Amino acid sequence: MDISLDGKTALVTGGSRGIGRAIALTLAELGADVAITFASSEEAANEVKNEMTSKGVRAKALQADAVDLEKAEEVIAELTEDWEKIDILVNNAGITRDNLILRMKEEQWDQVINTNLKSIFNYSKAVAKPMMRNRGGSIINISSVVGLSGNAGQSNYAASKAGIIGFTKSYAKELASRGIRANVIAPGYITTEMTDELDEKVLASIKEETPLGRPGDAEEVAHAVAFLASDLSSYITGETIRVDGGMAM
Amino acid sequence: MSQDVESKVKSIIVDKLGVDEEEVTHDANFTNDLGADSLDTVELIMEFEKEFDISIPDEDAENIATVGNAVEYLQDKV
Repeated sequence: MDISLDGKTALVTGGSRGIGRAIALTLAELGADVAITFASSEEAANEVKNEMTSKGVRAKALQADAVDLEKAEEVIAELTEDWEKIDILVNNAGITRDNLILRMKEEQWDQVINTNLKSIFNYSKAVAKPMMRNRGGSIINISSVVGLSGNAGQSNYAASKAGIIGFTKSYAKELASRGIRANVIAPGYITTEMTDELDEKVLASIKEETPLGRPGDAEEVAHAVAFLASDLSSYITGETIRVDGGMAM
Repeated sequence: MSQDVESKVKSIIVDKLGVDEEEVTHDANFTNDLGADSLDTVELIMEFEKEFDISIPDEDAENIATVGNAVEYLQDKV
């Protein structure tokens, strides 16, 4: 039994770098046509697009600020016009603006909540009608183990990532009758540019807290996304799957 | 033309909600009388948009609760 996404179309927000990039490439590898959005890294986004095209699928790289609902509706309209339907949405776009609560600026709170949480509302709302018309779809929202366990210095990030879980469960309940599934992936410590910013001491303690004893690869997150995107997971909705080496169990 | 709109609207409702034609009276409320849930109502609006090739903004859609509301709204727009 193989996972195949042949004939399916997908959108991955924040797909130019890190986990989003790995997800986009994996979905393309499995046969899906994939569009990615990016905020600013145009060069990286085009590289991902070219790499996907070389796998023999259709690919797009679209510049879109994830915070902008109108832009999200434009992106979805473009995809449903050019590719007729959208089967898979991976809400991955996210940022960190870490600080202790005592020092956190309002701007740091707002930026993280808007980029990480409002973006999920934007894109999930925009795909709802096309997916209803298509009598099905799979939405995968990328949260974090920090949303399950909390983390000192990341209250804004943790709040946004926990919010994603509540949103996803509500969405799953609202749209299940139309064949639309919505699930969450909660990655733990995955090696990306985002974790490159962490200092050595923090990294050492993260490793210590991970039963599997090593950081994860972005591809290992992408594999779980591929499963949830595919029909192999057809009876799973509203679920959160940790991909964290056992960190948050 | 107005007769056309009315019969088209009624046939969409019969088709979408799986109800009998005689139930689809002018005053019938989609939710209370015709058994539509909230998503059915959204889908009805989407179907009207498709069949009549128009776009119905959310603020207008919220006021379309009965067969009569739909017929009058669409007669006005088409």
